Amino acid sequence: MRFCLDADQVALRDAVRDMLALECPPALVRAAWPPGDPAAVAALWRDLARMGLFGAAVPIHCGGLGLGETDLVPILTEVGYAAVPLPVAETMAVAAPLLAATGDPGGYLPGVLAGTTRVAIAGAGDLVPYGMLADLVLVLRDGRARIVEPLTTAVVSTVDGSRAAARLALPSAGTVTDDPELVDLCLDRADLATAAQLLGLGRRMLDLTVGYVGTRRQFGAPIGSFQAVQHRLADALLGLEFAMPAVLAAGWALAHRTGSRRQDVSIAVLLAGDAARTMAKTAIQCHGAIGYTVEYDLHLYAKRTWALAASCGTDSHLDRLAAALDLPKGGFP
Amino acid sequence: MIDLVDTAEEARFRTSARAWLRANVPSPPLPSGDTREGFARHVEWERRLFDARWSVVSWPERYGGRDASLWEWLVFEEEYYAGGAPQRVTQNGIFLLAPTLYEFGTPAQQDHLLPRIAAAEDLWCQGWSEPEAGSDLAAITSRAVRDDAAGGWRLSGQKTWTTRGAFCTHLFGLFRTDPTAGRHRGLTYFLVPLGAPGVTVRGFGRLDGDEGFAEVTFVDVLVPDEAVLGGVGNGWRVAMSTASSERGLSLRSPGRFLATADRLVALARSRAEALSPRLRDRVIRAWVGAQAYQMFTRHQVSAMLDGAQPGARASLNKLFWSELDIELHETALELLGAEAETDTAWSRGFLFSLAGPIYAGTNEIQRTIVAERVLGLPRAP
Repeated sequence: MRFCLDADQVALRDAVRDMLALECPPALVRAAWPPGDPAAVAALWRDLARMGLFGAAVPIHCGGLGLGETDLVPILTEVGYAAVPLPVAETMAVAAPLLAATGDPGGYLPGVLAGTTRVAIAGAGDLVPYGMLADLVLVLRDGRARIVEPLTTAVVSTVDGSRAAARLALPSAGTVTDDPELVDLCLDRADLATAAQLLGLGRRMLDLTVGYVGTRRQFGAPIGSFQAVQHRLADALLGLEFAMPAVLAAGWALAHRTGSRRQDVSIAVLLAGDAARTMAKTAIQCHGAIGYTVEYDLHLYAKRTWALAASCGTDSHLDRLAAALDLPKGGFP
Repeated sequence: MIDLVDTAEEARFRTSARAWLRANVPSPPLPSGDTREGFARHVEWERRLFDARWSVVSWPERYGGRDASLWEWLVFEEEYYAGGAPQRVTQNGIFLLAPTLYEFGTPAQQDHLLPRIAAAEDLWCQGWSEPEAGSDLAAITSRAVRDDAAGGWRLSGQKTWTTRGAFCTHLFGLFRTDPTAGRHRGLTYFLVPLGAPGVTVRGFGRLDGDEGFAEVTFVDVLVPDEAVLGGVGNGWRVAMSTASSERGLSLRSPGRFLATADRLVALARSRAEALSPRLRDRVIRAWVGAQAYQMFTRHQVSAMLDGAQPGARASLNKLFWSELDIELHETALELLGAEAETDTAWSRGFLFSLAGPIYAGTNEIQRTIVAERVLGLPRAP
């Protein structure tokens, strides 16, 4: 048994981290809020394509890097840390490997790899995060995976204004696969990507808060020296520290298609969702009033956290674990 | 690299541990090891474990171990608790004192003490807290005075909340050897036979009513120089090494919590007709907590094998497992409904779990350690 990132995984993670620190600072996330600076956001997408990230999970013979889900976890954590305001996780971790696995009947993959085609994933109903920026939408419903071009687009105002969400009318054709295993794998990859981003967002909010309470002085001392503040942050850290290995383990389970992989993904989603939500509340509270403004950067990461955590479908994961543990399904009298 | 399955060697180890435990774990379970009668039965069990070389698997063979890797030790712990094997009444010696002996003991101390610990010949308890020094451990006043004529040290003072002190044969603890030095300085770590003249042990009831606590009084107790572990005046550093073991992985491996979580799920299944959605979700989340602890420790073991020292991060373990243990038991009691007030393994386990956030440094102390030494926040005033 062994459970540590290897040197290659660390090197790739660090390269992504360094690039995003430079190219996706808080100002770039703000540029994605309306009216914003669409050109700056589009430039970031091209930078990510130049790194080869959209082919990360695509086999080498299809022009990708040939990485597995385990390798994606640290990368996606960095995407979360930077709150990249683009459908990076959707395109890189879900759509691109699906296109490769199905032989890319629509001929979309070259554009995805080149950074000219963005793919969003339809959420519940007709709400599509990044729908305003997406060329294609992946719909995972009714045991089918469809990749379609939207028919109509209506912008939606959202709490996290950098999500470019839209209500889309989608055509019913465009099935890429109805192989249940592959459709489930897409759903699991999407959940894993969300969990990993939540970990990164949590870390970002923790870093901001630790920095702030270490310098902000009240009663003649840094507020981070007060136990009431210290203990809340210790608890928030605890949640993140205990979620991280579970998310990494879920990535490994997916990469190796283990029998417990869906269960492991659910564990990861529950832990990461709780940890990130707790971190968001703690971060705002420990900042005080400055944390309750849009002038300070914290809200960028808290709002992304809420959006991603809400998209996870906590109940469905609890039901899945209930089934695995032979406990009754929810929703009974 | 990540590989979360047993290697062939680990799998062989697991199979062989499981087979031995299946054939040997006492049934029905032993009475509580925190009673006089139960303790004696547990010591018999510990000697059987030792005879079969399962008492200290990760130790060198010359001390009665199997030279097992950290992974194999985790595997053994999983199998041990999954098999319903008894609590380890030797835990203070095996999991707390021994790691400290490996780090700070002289070769003579190691050769003499470690085999006796492994074989449950010497049964160790801790001597940290005093009536006026609990969380504030550096406030201890028990002292050791050099007696050059007798060639040793004379101990005086009182220790308390000493777990299983009434049944043990030896105590390790902190004594003040330099009354003029500052709080954390001038302390020395001593190894004391409880049978020495001048030692009085009085057992008393813990929250569960068992005589699991003791107060230990020292009146002019003479111990030789060999009773000093890690050097005169170095006691704080040595004690913190023991405390790190107590908070971290070595005392509380995931095996016991995984086993408790599985028993909780079995209990919930047996009451499926009365299981509300809320309680079902509580059971699932408690079970998820145990899985999280397992993944965390696996990650930690890998980091340790790569040379990382857990240090203050042991406080993260302690916070997590102690609160997880309470949650697992509270959830079980809620499942039991009105039956929860009866004396059962779950109600006893619940009372025991409440000690977790207190011993080894209260969780309030642990949160402060995490904040200051893991997060790097400014020190509390």
